[in-house]
Formats: sequence, C-alpha cells, structure tokens
Amino acid sequence: MSADNKTSEPLFSKKNKKLITDPLTDNNPVTIQVLGICSALAITVQVSQAIVMSLSVLFVIIMGNLIVSLLRNLIPSRIRIIVQLLVVASLVIIVDQVLAAFQPDLSAKLSVFVGLIITNCIIMGRLEAFAMANKPWPSILDGLGNGLGYGAILILVAVFRELFGSGTLMGIPIFGNSLPGEESGLYTIGYQNNNLMILPPMALIITGIIIWVQRARNKALIEEH
Amino acid sequence: MAINKESTSFTFGFAIVLVVVLGLILATLSEALKKRTEDNVKIKKQLDILSAMIDVEKEGITRSNAEEEFPNYINLEDAIILNHKGELKKTDENLEAFDVDIKKENRDKTLSNEDKNYPLFIAKGKKIDKTKYIIPVVGKGLWGPIWGYICLKEDMNTILGVSFDHKTETPGLGAEINKAFFMDRWKDSKIMDQQGSFVKYEVVKDNSGAIKGDSRIDGITGGTITSKGVEEMVNRSLKIYSNYFRNLNSK
Repeated sequence: MSADNKTSEPLFSKKNKKLITDPLTDNNPVTIQVLGICSALAITVQVSQAIVMSLSVLFVIIMGNLIVSLLRNLIPSRIRIIVQLLVVASLVIIVDQVLAAFQPDLSAKLSVFVGLIITNCIIMGRLEAFAMANKPWPSILDGLGNGLGYGAILILVAVFRELFGSGTLMGIPIFGNSLPGEESGLYTIGYQNNNLMILPPMALIITGIIIWVQRARNKALIEEH
Repeated sequence: MAINKESTSFTFGFAIVLVVVLGLILATLSEALKKRTEDNVKIKKQLDILSAMIDVEKEGITRSNAEEEFPNYINLEDAIILNHKGELKKTDENLEAFDVDIKKENRDKTLSNEDKNYPLFIAKGKKIDKTKYIIPVVGKGLWGPIWGYICLKEDMNTILGVSFDHKTETPGLGAEINKAFFMDRWKDSKIMDQQGSFVKYEVVKDNSGAIKGDSRIDGITGGTITSKGVEEMVNRSLKIYSNYFRNLNSK
C-alpha cells in the first residue's frame, strides 16, 4: 500500500471496503489481535455502557487516525509516539468533557473508563501501524472498521453478561422480576442470576469462547506454533 | 521539502506548536462547557437530596426541572451547619450548607475533626406538610467513595428514607447499594432509643435484618465490604447528628 498512489480510485474501492470489513471478521482487533482486552473486561457488565464506550472509542480512533494521517509527513519520527499519544489524549479529554456536560448520568457510570481509552492499545496500534503511512480517507475507513470491530465484540460480551448476570438487556428485565419477595417470570421456578457473570473473570472467559468459536469456524485463523 | 523534519530544531518546534494548539483547543472547550458541567453536578446533588425524602420519579422531578422544584421542598436558607459534637457551628457567613463538600472534607487527612462541617438540610417547603430533616453522609466503599442522604421524619428520630450512591463499586454486588430494595431496608428504623441515646446500625448477613423498622439491616450478598462501608458511614454521621436532635428535643 503506497502512500502516494497517484491513480485515483473510487471512495469505496475493493481495497477500501476491506479496510472496514476485515477488522469486523478475520482481523478483529479483540479476538484475533487480542488487543483492548482490559476495557472488554471492565465495561461489559451492561449493554448500554458497552455501546457508549464503543461510540467513544469509535470517535477517538477515527479522529485520531485522520489527524495523524494529515500530519504524517510532518511528524518527526523520533517523537511520533508522543505525538500520537498527545492526539489521542486530547480527543479522550474532549469525549470526557462532552459526556460530562451533555450526558452526566452516563458519564458518572463510565467514570474512569473513558479516561482509559488512552491506554486502549487498538487506538495507538492503528495510529502507528496504519495512519502514519496512509492517506486520510483510507485512515478514516481503517479507524471506522477497527472501532466497529472492537464495539461489536464489546457489545456481544455485554449482552451475555447483562442477560445472565442481571437478567436484563439495556436495563429492561428479560426473565421477570428478580427482587426477593416479588419474583415473577423465570425467577418463580427457581432461576437465579449468575453473579459470576458480573465479575471481570467471566468477561475473559466469554471473550475466550468467542475467540474459540471464531477459530473453530475458520481454521485459517489458527496460528501455527 | 526544504526543512529537514528530522532536525532537532524542527522536532522541538513541532512539539511546541502541537502542544500549544492542543492546549488551546482543550482550554476553550473546558471553558465553554464549564457552566453546563457545574450545573449538572448541582442538579445531581439536588436530586440526590430529594430522593432521600420523596420518590423523585413519581413526583415527576427530572434533571430538567430539578432546579425549579427543589425550593418547593427545601429552602436552603433553613439549612444549618453543625460541628463534630452536633452543635451549631460558627462558620464563615459566606459558607452555604449546600456548598459544603463533605466528600472532600472526609478525604482531607489534614483537616481535624473540629474543623469539619456537618450540614443539615431542613425541608419545610410548600410541598411538605411536616418538617423533615436530611443528613448528608459520606464514607468508603470497596473501590472508592460512597455517599448518601438520610431523611428523618418530623420526630427527628425515624428514618423516612435514604438515598445512597457510589462511584466505582462492583456492578451487581456492592453497586446495588443505590437500588431501592437495599435502601428500603433502612426505612422506619429509629436512630435513638427511648432514653435518647444513639442506636448503632448493624449490617448483617443472616437475614435477621429482614424485619423493617429495627437497626439490623440485611447486607448485600457478595458486597460485604461495601455494605460494611455503608454501616460505618451511617453510624459515624448519625451519631453526630443524633446529639443535635437530642438537644433540640430536650429544650
């Protein structure tokens, strides 16, 4: 992929489409590259939190990719990591402040995790590996793809954890009322929410199962050792 | 390009320009959103105070109308500040009870007990038929701060309701302290016995706290440290405030 490809190509050429679809499937940043695991553990207890986290990461990774890509010919290579870090950190602070001003309840729930987007290795990884060597448009698509790939796994894990850990989805009870003394639905016949689902280790186990299922379906993804 | 972008001077220049530009953007944004963010914090506090006393949702109070509704319940001019013995504290006249940051004071290790402020909100607004008393409390959970408000009925003894909240307790476990089922367990209990001495609350595990109206409260399974944190926070604060109410009653 040459950065100075002079031949004009359509905005959604085959190559560009692959930038979006690859991270969703065979090159998923979470399940294949096994990056960004910390936030997958921390923020997947409720689907609504996972969605906001995904959107925040999506914003930061697209904007970060775009800015670094625009500056790529100017950034001195000796301080490029610091420059990338600065860009990401500034974007994260913007997200944090905007959430605190316009979505205070969500902001309180996400608390420190928004700040931790800075340490999400997917973002730094894409800036260093892709945006530093590619034009703005492909960089935006790459950010979009990786952000969506990350978000898809985050939300999938959150669906399992919220459904079996709290019996709800997006806060809406699915199995009935679990409150002691006023049970309804499944809880009347002895069903119990699984508290283990809420604890961080279960996020790791679910992510592991997703990785296993994905590699079992596509043997080409299994690394040779 | 004429400039050598790997030269030391260009590297320095680039770094300086980038930092200044990013700094300017962030500072502008922060200033622009400051008012909104501060209002949000204030409104959240008003909602928290009210929800110890009334069902905020049922009364139709949301973030958007909290500021208009709050004075219908609580007149902040009635609010007072106590000291650690439960006596009226002589404070700076500009210090409003609502603005006392007890979270910060509780965290501040250099602040002596004598200097700490204990605000008390008195609810006798036009939507209240009998005067209620609202006590702010703050303590430590498992991962971070926990806080809340305890509302006493007009007898200055019976708990009408509580509202607890937390910053980072474990979801589904300790975080459940802000759920209705846990907060309801505190209702109708008395903070003082008939002789007027303070009755300690006890968070228990053996389900003996199921009876409403006594000072044994069922803790949250799997959230022991948070539950114990609530117990410590409630006891430490109520002990101080009970002194004030006892003196008020004996007069």
